[in-house]
Amino acid sequence: MREELELFEKMTVEDCLNSNREELIEQSLERIRSTDPLIKSFISVAEKVQINDGPYKGIPIAIKDNITTKGLKTTCASKILENYIAPYDATCVKRLKDYGFAIVGKTNMDEFAMGSSTERSAFFTTRNPWNIDCVPGGSSGGSAAAVASGQVIASLGSDTGGSVRQPASFCGVVGFKPTYGLVSRYGLIAFASSLDQVGPITKSVKDAALIMEIIAGKDPFDSTTVSRKVDFLSQIEEGVEKMKFAVPEEVYEYEQLDNEVAERFEEALKTAEKLGASVKRVRIPSMKYAVATYYVIAPAEASSNLARYDGVKYGLRIEETGLKGTYMKTRNVGFGEEVRRRIVLGTFTLSAAYYEAYFNKALKVRRILSSDVNQILDRFDAILTPTSPVPAFKIGSVSDPLTYYLMDIFTVPANLVGIPAISIPFGFARGMPVGLQIMGKRFDDGKVLRIARNFEKRSPYNDNGRIPLPVVRI
Amino acid sequence: MSYRTVIGLEIHVQLMTKTKAFCPCQADVFELPPNTAICPVCTGQPGALPIVNSSMIDYAVKIALALNCDIHEYSRFDRKNYFYPDLPKGYQITQYFYPIATSGYLDIDVDDQTKRIRIRRLHIEEDAGKLVHEGDSITQAQYSFVDMNRCGIPLVEIVTEPDLSSPREARSFVEKLRTILRYLEVSTGDMEKGALRCDANISVVDETNNIQSNRVEVKNMNSFRFIEKALEYEQQRIIDSLRNGQNVEKETRGWDLSTKTTVSMRGKEEESDYRYFPEPDIPPVILSKDRIEQIRSSLVELPDQKIERFIQRYKIPRYDASVLAMNKEIADFYEACVKQTNKPKEVSNWIMTEMLREMKQLETEQINITPAHIFELFSLMEKGEISIKMAKDIFPEVFRTGRMPSEVLSERGMKQISDEKLIEQIIKRAMEQNPKAVEQYKSGKTNIVGYFVGQVMKETRGSANPQLVNEIVKRLLEG
Repeated sequence: MREELELFEKMTVEDCLNSNREELIEQSLERIRSTDPLIKSFISVAEKVQINDGPYKGIPIAIKDNITTKGLKTTCASKILENYIAPYDATCVKRLKDYGFAIVGKTNMDEFAMGSSTERSAFFTTRNPWNIDCVPGGSSGGSAAAVASGQVIASLGSDTGGSVRQPASFCGVVGFKPTYGLVSRYGLIAFASSLDQVGPITKSVKDAALIMEIIAGKDPFDSTTVSRKVDFLSQIEEGVEKMKFAVPEEVYEYEQLDNEVAERFEEALKTAEKLGASVKRVRIPSMKYAVATYYVIAPAEASSNLARYDGVKYGLRIEETGLKGTYMKTRNVGFGEEVRRRIVLGTFTLSAAYYEAYFNKALKVRRILSSDVNQILDRFDAILTPTSPVPAFKIGSVSDPLTYYLMDIFTVPANLVGIPAISIPFGFARGMPVGLQIMGKRFDDGKVLRIARNFEKRSPYNDNGRIPLPVVRI
Repeated sequence: MSYRTVIGLEIHVQLMTKTKAFCPCQADVFELPPNTAICPVCTGQPGALPIVNSSMIDYAVKIALALNCDIHEYSRFDRKNYFYPDLPKGYQITQYFYPIATSGYLDIDVDDQTKRIRIRRLHIEEDAGKLVHEGDSITQAQYSFVDMNRCGIPLVEIVTEPDLSSPREARSFVEKLRTILRYLEVSTGDMEKGALRCDANISVVDETNNIQSNRVEVKNMNSFRFIEKALEYEQQRIIDSLRNGQNVEKETRGWDLSTKTTVSMRGKEEESDYRYFPEPDIPPVILSKDRIEQIRSSLVELPDQKIERFIQRYKIPRYDASVLAMNKEIADFYEACVKQTNKPKEVSNWIMTEMLREMKQLETEQINITPAHIFELFSLMEKGEISIKMAKDIFPEVFRTGRMPSEVLSERGMKQISDEKLIEQIIKRAMEQNPKAVEQYKSGKTNIVGYFVGQVMKETRGSANPQLVNEIVKRLLEG
């Protein structure tokens, strides 16, 4: 059993297809039982895992706890939804089930996906499998940790400002944020609707492409989805010779950029050249406003999206005198500090007196940034940056909200512009994994995955194209 | 002193699309048990997303076209944020920044004058749910129930410019609008059932002193009569206040049926900031010129066009045409009857007096008879088998039961007397009994004819053929 488990820990979806799948779910549950007291990836584990027929029958995956699953709790890591069971499956969940994937549990996250460390979960903090004193990143920290620690074969996260890519980077796994509109948001509990996108977290680029082929596509239940040909795997093994990559000067001008992260990034650029591609520095002047823009738009949309948690229909309800009293008490107790901070921020920037000065101005900057980035992508095949300026930090070490927000610098542009972006492991900084981010043109998801696959094959840190995984000692 | 009243209206129209605005739930929820026409979308379940009902867009375009609006190729949905238990998402999806249509007008007729009322904007939004208070009183209820059936029913909101200058005009605007909505078959227009809701903004200008009062919003006017009554009351209240040298509060007031007054609902300080912003879950609505033209060409003939055509084609007075065109079913019925009888004016008279009276008495808007009923009735009169009086006598029964006039007649044993011998006999007897009248006739007082006709009618209890009686009386008197 011990050997089998070790094998299971490292298995990709592709590996599963070529092996006996009958034991996989049990192995996953066993692995969760033994390691989760330490890692704490899961908010809930299915009591009885639903077995579905399909080509991927019996392959265990985990779902972030802000994506609805019929019959399993969906809490958003918030007290306000602590006991909420959705009456329906999210479209992405339904599609995975239709292909046979088995959902073993729901993973921890920052409350309502607002955060980048899972320290903002209302329940507990997830640990980084590479060093349990460090955060796994966030907000999809549970999903990333569950994959890195070999509890599941793959997982789904959601990415509003980097919430799939940054934890994937911190935990040394692959995290992909698709083009906005490619994956249905039906059943993804909204944080900031114009930025949110569901994406896979996996142990290989091919797995990410494979899951994308299942979950992507037009959904009649989400009118922001688009109809596109979904074909990512067929071209993934093709090379990147003659491709042109852009590197924003702004990466080097960012003061908090960790030295070792910068070194790994330089190595990645060398690898690009070895792959036959060229690298050129460019300027994206509006990039320095991306974080500020993001922290106006995202809280504004959130303040509206979270209005429904009022104690009337579902979720937490704490009765007080009068309607207003009940509203206030329920929401004060039900939401954590970070969520309340963002609701207040968003309520402020949307108010009639400040709409022009903040929200509308942010929309304008968003348009400028989009046009700047798209112009670069008209001339280049991809933009490369580190995923995060720093590697995983110690739990409890970052308390100032502004410092915390500024770490999103490299990931938020892809959400504001709506383009695809991936984070793949590329070496280590101070013993913790470092991620390389590749951003592509809208609907160039296939190309982004193909470029990532080339890096994965050539990375000096990978063993035969396989990313290194942590050894979680029990 | 002279005062001028300024009124603008905000009207909500429930559209009778098959499904709700943003989900597949049925939109006709009248008398359904609470919370039986709901789904994750319209109850605001976490993760659920709205999908635009395209027939809702078509319906709104139809109304906008009928109100002569500019229809925008680009419009967009926005969120209006506020907390209330009947609003499950905590925001209402509406069109704030880019409404589907603007700048229209509707002509109304008041006191034989046509007046153009400008429409400022027309937009689409979703309805909220309904609160049912335990014990039916919001102030005394220990708790309230939420019925979400109404959540997400599509509404069109129509906002007029402040062009209305009397409660009468306000009423007549809403009446005309309802007629149009029914012509278009986009709404039941039932005010009592809340399918047509009207709020008004009213202020009064003291023209002598050139002072305009604050604006008062009046709500809860759920019938045409209450629109007029509430605004008359409010108009007087404002004038009284101005007379005393005072202004009224800028506030929202509701019509209170029990006291027949308006009462304060909320003041200025309670005005909300709705934090409007673009709805990120719905892409903009792009209407191609083709689609707008397609909808335009599918429009039915509207009341004003019908009135003109009726005047032209049937040579009936404008008044008749407007009364008939007020209700599309009646207008259609009229045309069908004219086709059979070829008597436009007579049919118009009959419908406007006899039939509308019946409908009013029965409080119905349904026509239970067919043009064949009218045709038979008219033929019987023409052939002289019945008098107008008899026709009028039996019509209520015909209308109520839907039975043919001939059936009702034979059942009642009624038939017009056209038996010349019988009529002669009656007249001769009358002449014998009243030789003086005969002499008066001979001395030139010809209108004495009427007296003898009357005598015959009296004897036959009105069933003698009046034309025939007239002829015979004249012949006998001459002889």
